[in-house]
Amino acid sequence: MRRGAVHWGLLALFSDGPKYGYQLRTELDTRTGGMWTLNVGQVYTTLERLHRDGLVDTVGQNDEGRTMYAMTEHGQAALAEWFATPVTGAERSRSELAMKLAIAVTTPHADVTGIVQAQRVESMRQMRDYTDLRRRADPEKEPAWMLMLDHLMFALESELRWLDHIEATVLRRRRAAGSPAPAPADRRPVAEQPPAGGKR
Amino acid sequence: MSDIVLRFADVSRTFRSGDEDVWALDAVGFEVRAGELVAIMGPSGSGKSTLLAIAGGLDLPTSGVVSVEGIDLGGLTATELARLRRDRIGYVFQNLNLVADLTAAENVALPRELAGLSARVARREALAALAEVGIAQLAHRFPDQMSGGQQQRVAIARALIGERRLVLADEPTGALDSRTGEAVLEVLRSRVNGGAAGVLVTHEPRYAGWADRTIFLRDGRLIDTTGPRVPVEHLLGGAS
Repeated sequence: MRRGAVHWGLLALFSDGPKYGYQLRTELDTRTGGMWTLNVGQVYTTLERLHRDGLVDTVGQNDEGRTMYAMTEHGQAALAEWFATPVTGAERSRSELAMKLAIAVTTPHADVTGIVQAQRVESMRQMRDYTDLRRRADPEKEPAWMLMLDHLMFALESELRWLDHIEATVLRRRRAAGSPAPAPADRRPVAEQPPAGGKR
Repeated sequence: MSDIVLRFADVSRTFRSGDEDVWALDAVGFEVRAGELVAIMGPSGSGKSTLLAIAGGLDLPTSGVVSVEGIDLGGLTATELARLRRDRIGYVFQNLNLVADLTAAENVALPRELAGLSARVARREALAALAEVGIAQLAHRFPDQMSGGQQQRVAIARALIGERRLVLADEPTGALDSRTGEAVLEVLRSRVNGGAAGVLVTHEPRYAGWADRTIFLRDGRLIDTTGPRVPVEHLLGGAS
């Protein structure tokens, strides 16, 4: 059965021994560089499912009276399989941006190049902010955080290339169809930095 | 404000092509302050390199005003412009322009000697600049005895030697591998953090991410800039 990232992430935390529920929340946060901050409800719901599916089992209580869980053999086998199975692209293609642009290019009069440019500005802003965070991160002490930031930055880089590609394709089609490029009035120069909020 | 180092006010640059004027820059306006690194992005032919050449006084606008530290470049004589370029503006070009017959240290010292400094003082500054870019040990090598990345660092040391108030970089990471490219950006960034103003032309989002904001050019027009920074704690919202 397909399970989400959180399901597998929480199961993997049991690799180094028994844990109690709240502990999972803090550990997932730390080990993914703060990218998956779950609320307590999400942690316990997922833990219940792991238990129900026989992937973890209760192993008594700790000194503070908290119920401890440990990975079962079945859980270890499932985790090994998860690690060994590449992630497929099905989820990646279902982003809101992909949806927005797929719809826009087939909607009459939609301003595709405008959408692309607005996204480019936003993505570049994010790239700058992640670059800041990455420069401040300590590769020795925060390897997971660095890995997550690299992940986000590579994704943004590929998104920006994809936006360039869409724009070039749309402009090429427009030229081939003989329609004029947007009038200069639509592209007023922005004389200075926009006000807070960063909108055009 | 007094901390504005580079100002473009309604700057246009046209080139004659056959019977018509081609607008390389069209009414471009922006400012870069001390301590600020601004990236310029845009497709080929959007005016990025023209903008940089004009910012550095290598080319003059057809109309509009370009000023560096309040000095209108259009009002300077050729000699004054040359002095301003030599004393206050540092360039890092795609084309390294290193002199093959000079060592790394001599290449870096060259602009300072041209500025009238004694050879000894210029050399001392050159060694410090090479140390800043992490290749002090290569001071005696000639360009053809160094890798592309090392040559690029020499070019950067030469661009940054002395007190450059404005640093202009045109694809300074060129064909460098990503680690060396980041080292180049690190040097630029630290010089800007030290109070210079920087303009970086790049087509790599990864490197533009080092800038405080990015200006987007299209067909010679400034069409957008990225907005201001947001507090760090808001960055990762929605990632869970």
